[in-house]
Amino acid sequence: MSTPPLLHVENLGIHFGSPADPVKAVDGISFEMQTGETLAVVGESGSGKSVTALALTRLLATPPARIVSGKIEFEGRDVLQLPDSSLRSLRGKQIAYIFQEPSSSLNPVFTIGYQIREAIELHRPEVDDVKREIIRALDTVGIREPAKRLDDYPHQLSGGMQQRVMIAMALACQPKLLVADEPTTALDVTIQKQIIDLLKELKQTSNMAILLITHNFGLVSDFADRVAVMFRGKIVETGPTAEVLRNPQHLYTRALIECVPKLGQKQHRLKVIDYAGIK
Amino acid sequence: MPESSNSPVSEPLLKVDHLKVCFPVLGGIFRRQVGEVRAVDDVSFTVQKGQTVGLVGESGSGKTTIGRAIIRLVEPTAGSILYEGREISRLDAGSFRPYRKKIQIIFQDPYNSLNPRLSIFEIIGEALEIHFPAMSRGDRRARVAELLDKVGLKRDHLDRYPHEFSGGQRQRIGIARALAVDPAFIVCDEPVSALDVSVQAQIVNLLQDLQEELGLTYLFIAHDLAVVEHISDFVLVMTNGKIVEAAPAEAIYENPQHEYTRKLLSAVPKL
Repeated sequence: MSTPPLLHVENLGIHFGSPADPVKAVDGISFEMQTGETLAVVGESGSGKSVTALALTRLLATPPARIVSGKIEFEGRDVLQLPDSSLRSLRGKQIAYIFQEPSSSLNPVFTIGYQIREAIELHRPEVDDVKREIIRALDTVGIREPAKRLDDYPHQLSGGMQQRVMIAMALACQPKLLVADEPTTALDVTIQKQIIDLLKELKQTSNMAILLITHNFGLVSDFADRVAVMFRGKIVETGPTAEVLRNPQHLYTRALIECVPKLGQKQHRLKVIDYAGIK
Repeated sequence: MPESSNSPVSEPLLKVDHLKVCFPVLGGIFRRQVGEVRAVDDVSFTVQKGQTVGLVGESGSGKTTIGRAIIRLVEPTAGSILYEGREISRLDAGSFRPYRKKIQIIFQDPYNSLNPRLSIFEIIGEALEIHFPAMSRGDRRARVAELLDKVGLKRDHLDRYPHEFSGGQRQRIGIARALAVDPAFIVCDEPVSALDVSVQAQIVNLLQDLQEELGLTYLFIAHDLAVVEHISDFVLVMTNGKIVEAAPAEAIYENPQHEYTRKLLSAVPKL
């Protein structure tokens, strides 16, 4: 028997609102990820990409959300049927998240060392020297003199540093899949580049799969192996990144690529998406 | 020296001259000043009428502080700000009021810059009440409706509240609010940084359309050089409170002089 893919999502449908007149946030999407692979899900606000990401470990509050169809398999196990106890080991240990707003993802009243320690002690009880492990994690994400930063509170760090701490916390549990949900949207372009470079480096040094969720096609070009483009709850196009960028098939993909401002190409006006023209 | 009656070769609309803004650092139990942060450190530039000047730099570089000093949300420590040749940074509140009508600002965060308890009519109409006290309520409603049209919203959005709108729509409301009093100069403080790229394109285009239609002058503050290069005629690059490079938009891209400019250029996502 061949080994199952790391992640297999089939015909996933997630609705909000009343059953009579549901909002179809995710409308029958299917995709797969292999071990060590990087997939970028690109789409605008409201396209359903974050809802998909949260559903992977059943982080969506139900209600209001309802998973109406499909299955999510992680290493062959159906996530939607898992008991709560197994879910707990899936979250963080197998699938870790980093979110858009690092400042609101970290707990402001605990030091960063404490928060990383919590994750390690919960998911890797076998680790003896937890402190060394925390320092190692902070060092991996490029925080200088990590031993001195352990007792810092989140507000003492800049946005870029906070996001590094989030990544360190996610990595400390050695997950098989890292879900990065708009990890750089709240950051400056220069810091954005540093964080993307860091994720790129991690991708090369570990065998961790990364699911990058973004609204900006500019970020995926030299980062993701494959892209899936989401529009109104559906995946409208998917393929190897270079191919999709070079030869987008769907009108929406083309529009989304074109609206990114390009340096050195003075246009009279930026291209905008003509929603009426897309089916 | 002969006083020329005609204005000299295009006097700039705005002239910032050796501007310095320092924030005190307080310490000790008596909260005495123990030092200062030079947020803006000896900055000079001019903005010509009808032009867009882009101000680009990272967080903490001082670019927002410059914008805030121009509309008097922070007091300059030294230097001067001249609007149509007249020093405005030392005016008292009353004498500055006419300039509040001419100089407006669009803020970065469309979520926190609109009062959630006021309707769209109240948010936009408030400025009209202050600056055009003679206007009747009916006239104000008509004017706000016209402004909503102008920024691409619907007239029946008038009595809705901010939470009913998306980020892009909220930014349109912020633009309508700035336009209400018929300004000549608008400080756009990172107006698109919090938006999706697709919405960013719509808002940038709206700003350009309005500029053409109304002859507006912009100071466009942002951290993304690609957006700044697109919208600006002239670009100022700022880091650590100082302007390190000032050049026409094309020159910044084609021939960056300062190392920091090159760093910003390399950070722009490439397709």
